[in-house]
Amino acid sequence: MPFLEAVRLAFAQIRVQKLKSFFTLLGVMIGVMFLIAVVSIVEGMSKYMEEDFAGKMLGVNSFTLRRRPEAQFGNVSEATWREYQRRPLIYKSDVDQVRPALPSGVLASVENMTFTYASTPYNRPRQVQAVGAEESYVAIKGYKLTAGRTFTAQEVSYGSKVLVIGTEVAEHFFPSLDPLGRELRIGGVPYLVVGLLEKQGSLFGFSLDRLAIGPWTSPISRITNPRGDIDGFLVKAPNAALLADAMEEARSVMRSSRHLAPAVPDNFALESSESALTFFAQLKGQMVAFGTALPAIGLIVGAIVIMNIMLVAVAERTREIGIRKALGAKRRDIMRQFLVESASLSVLGAALGIALGIGMAKVVAAVSPLPARVAPWSIPMAVLLGAGVGIVAGLYPASRAARLDPIAALRQE
Amino acid sequence: MNDKQPDATLSTTGEHSLSSTAERQAVVQAPGATPGKDWVIVTRGLKREYDMGGEIVRALRGVDLAIRRNEYVAIMGPSGSGKSTLMNLIGCLDTPTAGEYWLNGTLVSRMSDDELARVRNKEIGFVFQTFNLLPRATALHNVELPLVYAGISSDERKRRAKHALEQVQLEHRMLHRPNELSGGQRQRVAIARALVNNPSILLADEPTGNLDSQTSEEIMRVFENLADSGQTVIMVTHEPDIAAHARRVVVLRDGIVASDDRRSAFKQSMGIS
Ligand SMILES: Nc1ncnc2c1ncn2[C@@H]1O[C@H](COP(=O)(O)OP(=O)(O)O)[C@@H](O)[C@H]1O
Ligand SMILES: [Mg+2]
Repeated sequence: MPFLEAVRLAFAQIRVQKLKSFFTLLGVMIGVMFLIAVVSIVEGMSKYMEEDFAGKMLGVNSFTLRRRPEAQFGNVSEATWREYQRRPLIYKSDVDQVRPALPSGVLASVENMTFTYASTPYNRPRQVQAVGAEESYVAIKGYKLTAGRTFTAQEVSYGSKVLVIGTEVAEHFFPSLDPLGRELRIGGVPYLVVGLLEKQGSLFGFSLDRLAIGPWTSPISRITNPRGDIDGFLVKAPNAALLADAMEEARSVMRSSRHLAPAVPDNFALESSESALTFFAQLKGQMVAFGTALPAIGLIVGAIVIMNIMLVAVAERTREIGIRKALGAKRRDIMRQFLVESASLSVLGAALGIALGIGMAKVVAAVSPLPARVAPWSIPMAVLLGAGVGIVAGLYPASRAARLDPIAALRQE
Repeated sequence: MNDKQPDATLSTTGEHSLSSTAERQAVVQAPGATPGKDWVIVTRGLKREYDMGGEIVRALRGVDLAIRRNEYVAIMGPSGSGKSTLMNLIGCLDTPTAGEYWLNGTLVSRMSDDELARVRNKEIGFVFQTFNLLPRATALHNVELPLVYAGISSDERKRRAKHALEQVQLEHRMLHRPNELSGGQRQRVAIARALVNNPSILLADEPTGNLDSQTSEEIMRVFENLADSGQTVIMVTHEPDIAAHARRVVVLRDGIVASDDRRSAFKQSMGIS
């Protein structure tokens, strides 16, 4: 019997028993629904991480010299934590040694930051993310200015009290006013607003637009780093090769200035977006594995249900099988008929599950901060999975049907 | 088709030992039957035993039967005499415990399940007592079924199925389901289905068993016409007046052929003229 004929027959069978068929494919439907939803959410999160988190927060082709990794993923052991605490702080002297060793073409900037209260006469005080940096910082971060300018190298060397601010800071502290040329107070010190940043949006619900960036040499560093140290030294290379060079240079300068013997591990961190992305890739794998465990159970239950219903169908249709065999159906014809029927049921369940899963992902994305993005590959995968589940579930019932003795089958009432 | 044909005829064969007089009688009734040629069916010492948990039931104990192309044969006998068992063997639904069965000169008694399925599809047309139509399929689709398994394209299938239904005067009931048809109409659909593949033999097991006498006569007329047009028909029945339509009557008793009469002789013995 041709394949299409078997499919036609399967759908005819499904149609005459709509309700029963629906309950049969419920398990697969629910399994696939959760699978699509989970994959969409994981996909959405990982796209978010790759494009927004790694790109916006850490920057592409950049690294930061720190005392210890800031973005700490997974579990940090007690011992590691104590080792972090024993590490020396990073000071201007370290940065001054690293900077000249960097290859030409790379940009570098100190990056000190903390949340602190700012104020203007126009609105109540509010916390902003105060950043102490150098003139290249805005370029390194890829920030764009909508008005004004960023601060200059001179202003950094003089420690001028000037700021470039994010949209939220501008809107809160200067409601319906032009912030340029006005003062924003941080730690009681007035700073002149010289530039406005383009809107960045948010990341995991945190606004990226509550920034106020000033020269790290200004009094802002008394707020961000009261101990006089430096949080991080941010380096951005135009390409990955130069980034690797820059990291190597920074590492060797730091190690020699700290007199580390070859076998001793670094007592500082060179944190790159690479390492974050590697971690996210792992995390994504774990989320997919964990997130698919539940749907997998649904699919297994679905397969068992389909197998049972198909066994019942074979028993109920024994006479039909006998008739078909008497008229010349070979074993493989009967086998195919029942396999196609169980696969059709299952694929139908998968199709409904895909639709509901996409809906569910959209709902999750709408009502929670979790991003969701339907991964295109997940749709054919779900269809194939449905077909696979149906075939596996149908194998035993179909082979029982195919092995029926035609005479005995014809005798059945 | 004729590659497996033995050269010896039944009456002269030495390789086939005849143990009982009954078996010898059966051979006498098929003199000179060479499998193939115009002999559609040749069986030699056909035995079928059922193992009922240690107890062996001998349904057929050595049947030698030869049927020519175009014959119209009724198989009679009391209940339990082995009629259905013989039909199942002739219809290639079953294989014998011992003995040989040649269909159109091909030894089918040792074929595999799938080979038998192919033979059923190509050479046999079944008509059952209980019609055995697919209840949810239309008359047309029921008639199409053998062609589906013959791998015939959909258009060709429809064309041939319509033609077969026309032959049994059911073209106006093509899209009806079995439960929308009378018993006689159902059996005619079954006959159309049996004929649609142009089989070598039409096999009917108690084809009128579920029909009233008037409808039975109607069905018998269909068989008669088929036989007249050259179709080989083999029909199992326990009703003498149904068997009387056939031109040859084979009577089974206890799993062997008890008598094998041409129509005239049988009619005389039954007192029908
Ligand atoms: N599948 C079977 N298993 C066991 N015994 C069977 C089976 N089919 C038929 N028989 C036995 O074989 C004998 C012949 O049966 P059958 O061919 O059906 O006779 P008929 O059709 O002439 O009534 C009977 O004794 C019957 O009980
Ligand atoms: Mg019987």
